[in-house]
Amino acid sequence: MTALILRDVRLAARAGGSAMLALAFFAAVATLVPLGVGADLRLLARIAGGVLWVAAMLAALLALDRLFQADFEDGSLDIIALAPLSLEKTSFAKITAHWLTTGLPLTILSPLLAVLFGLPVQAIGALFISLLIGTPAVSAIGAIGAGLTLSIRRGGLILPLIVLPLLSPAVIFGAGTVLSALDGLRNGALPLLTAFSFAACVLSPFATAAAVRLNLGS
Amino acid sequence: MLFRDLSFRVEVGRVLSVEGANGAGKTSLLRMIAGFLAPAEGTVALQTNGAVVTDGEERGKQIGWLGHHDAVKPQMSVRETLQFYGALYGGGGPIEPALDAAGLARLADLPGQYLSAGQKKRVSLARLLVCGRPLWLMDEPLASLDTAGKKIAAGLVEAHCAAGGIAVVATHEALGIDCERLVL
Repeated sequence: MTALILRDVRLAARAGGSAMLALAFFAAVATLVPLGVGADLRLLARIAGGVLWVAAMLAALLALDRLFQADFEDGSLDIIALAPLSLEKTSFAKITAHWLTTGLPLTILSPLLAVLFGLPVQAIGALFISLLIGTPAVSAIGAIGAGLTLSIRRGGLILPLIVLPLLSPAVIFGAGTVLSALDGLRNGALPLLTAFSFAACVLSPFATAAAVRLNLGS
Repeated sequence: MLFRDLSFRVEVGRVLSVEGANGAGKTSLLRMIAGFLAPAEGTVALQTNGAVVTDGEERGKQIGWLGHHDAVKPQMSVRETLQFYGALYGGGGPIEPALDAAGLARLADLPGQYLSAGQKKRVSLARLLVCGRPLWLMDEPLASLDTAGKKIAAGLVEAHCAAGGIAVVATHEALGIDCERLVL
């Protein structure tokens, strides 16, 4: 499994496209929103959690359609599927690699962008923690969509329609975590986000493997 | 329905050449043996270490696959590609002898994007050696290869079967080695 994770991380680093594109998209959205909303720092701080969470989620989705498709198109997926690794473990490795190359860099960049929204330090910390815990769910649930749209031409257009509704709890609880830090209240958003992310990471490899298996037989 | 009443058996040490017109179902038959496709009726069984394996995924663990596509990433060198598959398949064959056998020693550190179609096919052949599986399923293994490459491919199949392996080869071209034929 480590070999597959390392290969995918290496490919992402060498191709340079998807991770950099995701970071650039995230930075662009986070920069444009304060320009559009204006200089009301109170308002910006209130909406920061939701805006940054939605921006991070959409940025992470940019590279998701290639999660299996590149390997499917060049024949690698057939050979990977015949390896001793089960398709469930293969899916888990792919999810991990996607998170390492997309979700983690987005999380690391988020405190810098949060400054543009005038978020206080404790809320920046909450944003960082919520993205650190929540972005694996984005990769995990996104992988199901990537598996389902594997053999569909231009499946990348359908993928967000499948995945975004499923990711709404992550946005609600993620933004809620930032708001709770901002207001100094405990609203239970972080434990719920943790539970959601954990459940997504545990269950997704099975659903993803089933979707990939279906497409390998097509 | 691609084929009906199809029944055949390949003994250890033998090569089966699957022949037929375009669209006859050669690739589908290989994918069925590999477990990617399930037959509408009947079974595909593989006898290994005295046990008969009919489950597609279990059968897949005995299979080395050479498909239409070469599975060579433009960003990875030949050596890295083989090292990856060696690690993924765990306990496969060593890299350097596989590079030599496929005539790739000189190209070992070249990224995939600089390889020709024939050189990529040689990487696929080397990958079969590295993965170390007893049953080779090969879909048009001679496509894109030059005369020397075709000799290497035929030699590798022959050596694999001589060492107790099995090869099922879907091809339009004669392999030039002793083999059984199945015409679809």
